[in-house]
Amino acid sequence: MLKFIKYFSLIFFLISGNIVSSAENTEKLLTTDWTFKGPFGKFDRASLQRGYQVYQEVCASCHSLKYMSYRNLSEEGGPEFSVQEAKAIAANFEILDGPNPEGEMFTRPARLSDKFAMPYANEEEAKSANGGAYPPDMSVLVKARKGGADYVYSVLLGYQDPPVGMKLDDGVHYNKYMYGNKIKMPAPLSEGLVEYADGTIATEQQMAKDVVSFLMWTAEPHLEQRHKIGFRAIVYLIILSILVYFSMKKIWSRIETEV
Amino acid sequence: MSEHNYQPKSKFGKWFNDRLPLLTLANHLTDYPTPKNLNYWWTFGGILTFCLITQIITGLVLAMHYIAHADLAFSSVEHIMRDVNYGWLIRYIHANGASMFFLAVYIHIFRSLFYGSYKAPREIIWILGIMIYLLMMAAAFMGYVLPWGQMSFWGATVITNLFSAIPLVGESITTWLWGGYSVDNPTLTRFFTLHYLIPFLILGLVVLHIWALHVPGNNNPIGIDIKKPSKDTVSFHPYIVVKDLFALLLFLILFAFFVFYSPNVLGHADNYIEANPLVTPAHIVPEWYLLPFYAILRSIPDKLMGVIAMLSAILILAALPWLDTSKIRSAVFRPLYKQFYWILVLDVLILGYVGAMPAEGLYLLIARIGTAYYFAHFLIILPILGKVEKTLPLPMSISEPILGGSLNAEPARSKEDFQKL
Repeated sequence: MLKFIKYFSLIFFLISGNIVSSAENTEKLLTTDWTFKGPFGKFDRASLQRGYQVYQEVCASCHSLKYMSYRNLSEEGGPEFSVQEAKAIAANFEILDGPNPEGEMFTRPARLSDKFAMPYANEEEAKSANGGAYPPDMSVLVKARKGGADYVYSVLLGYQDPPVGMKLDDGVHYNKYMYGNKIKMPAPLSEGLVEYADGTIATEQQMAKDVVSFLMWTAEPHLEQRHKIGFRAIVYLIILSILVYFSMKKIWSRIETEV
Repeated sequence: MSEHNYQPKSKFGKWFNDRLPLLTLANHLTDYPTPKNLNYWWTFGGILTFCLITQIITGLVLAMHYIAHADLAFSSVEHIMRDVNYGWLIRYIHANGASMFFLAVYIHIFRSLFYGSYKAPREIIWILGIMIYLLMMAAAFMGYVLPWGQMSFWGATVITNLFSAIPLVGESITTWLWGGYSVDNPTLTRFFTLHYLIPFLILGLVVLHIWALHVPGNNNPIGIDIKKPSKDTVSFHPYIVVKDLFALLLFLILFAFFVFYSPNVLGHADNYIEANPLVTPAHIVPEWYLLPFYAILRSIPDKLMGVIAMLSAILILAALPWLDTSKIRSAVFRPLYKQFYWILVLDVLILGYVGAMPAEGLYLLIARIGTAYYFAHFLIILPILGKVEKTLPLPMSISEPILGGSLNAEPARSKEDFQKL
């Protein structure tokens, strides 16, 4: 009886965590071979660079990345554009600055130190341009959704015709994976929508994978460093524990008892 | 207690120690006689001290970069995660450190329940521990509000709303807590202030907790009183220090795994969405370590009674030394209590599980049964058990079962039990 309760408790404890985290997912999410998963996960630079291109050409007209700066594009652990490339990218955008000595606001080309240009002046403008729905900022989007990268990937590829009998209002689309299955954003990706400079064929899956990898990086810009330090820290701790274990055995051997 | 006639060797040491006996204190702490049969469940006191210090140090650094303002809090956290040197590391240690702290404190509390460490003469240590635990919950709750994400905001709204259940003055108290008519900037700034204050109150209580511990000395897995110092004890340094260090390192491996490889798995995705008073999340769920109490709260249909039940579930622990009528401390010698102990563990785990589920249908029923059992354990089972239970004979000393010098078969059996633990 006692053993049973003990083991039952333990097993219950282990599995309940999984149940709690997966209980609400009705649809099984799509996934792909993410390079950033696992203890040694890293970003694929080329994929991040393509992902930036998809973001810029497809998403950026509605979705901001307000916590990102142009300098991040050339920083270690990200798409790692060269500093010249990042400067050139920044220079394509106009940023509101000021006031100047005459007290007037002015626009100027963006510099590396500037945050990404915002698509709308404010939330109200964004809403009125998008049928009342606010396109969320995407800086931490991947972390802000249950299912993470898989979820965003699935939503991008989850547009379908609604099931028979389901009435959708104007400007509302059916998405298999979206919470509540209704989404105001029209299907953003279509075959060949962008032209990749490196010759990669721009299938929907490829673009979704690239842009979600890019968004994973914007959400966790230090992911690679975290994985690297984590591995070293854990190896260090294991070696130290072994050393301390033998020291402990030695010290306790002075008295006749087990430790 | 160790002898307090310690004399420093150097002249300056003696001069200083006569004026402020810090060296006597240090000598007491290193020589402190500790039962030599303490198992690894006893290492969590040291681990908890480490957790508290870690939270205070990482918290200090975070406070240098965090901005307690409703419009800026969320972006200041992102600033820490992106632009502060190793800010992501500090924040992930702090956030996961809270979970690790609670994991350790639950093991510490349940160790105490198993070995009867709360019984005379250690009631004050136990009550100080419950006070620390209460303050930890307050600190953790307020800390979770600071990033000002959706779960921060709505968690704060739900919990502060509980005070409105108080008859007559409830509404006024809630308004007073909020500093307005809803959770808003004044709430955030006061939560930040209190979140900064509470760890130091905990630190003070920890000092008292250890002080109170050093009067009777540690309980031990056998649960019998021992002579100190004697052949049943070892000095705290180096024996216990090195053992605590080893256990701490193992604990740190688990800690590091969360920090580096799944830093957000114990949190909630919604908290990466900035607080929005106009959008309520689908499920408002507290952090995992508060779930059993959340289940108790929701299992009672009446709001006021629910709040009372939740508070009682914690405060009842303070009365435990008097509710448990058995004179035998360790469950090793209490065959019936041992079974009820594990049923209680299971009950709390189940309450935690249903606390994370919607309060409806079968979940609600399980939560109600679990709540009823939780109170029955303390109010009915323990008082009766102490009177009717036939306990096993106690060994004469710690050395006896360890050295196998048993006089009859019973302590030999307890030796096996002891080794299993």
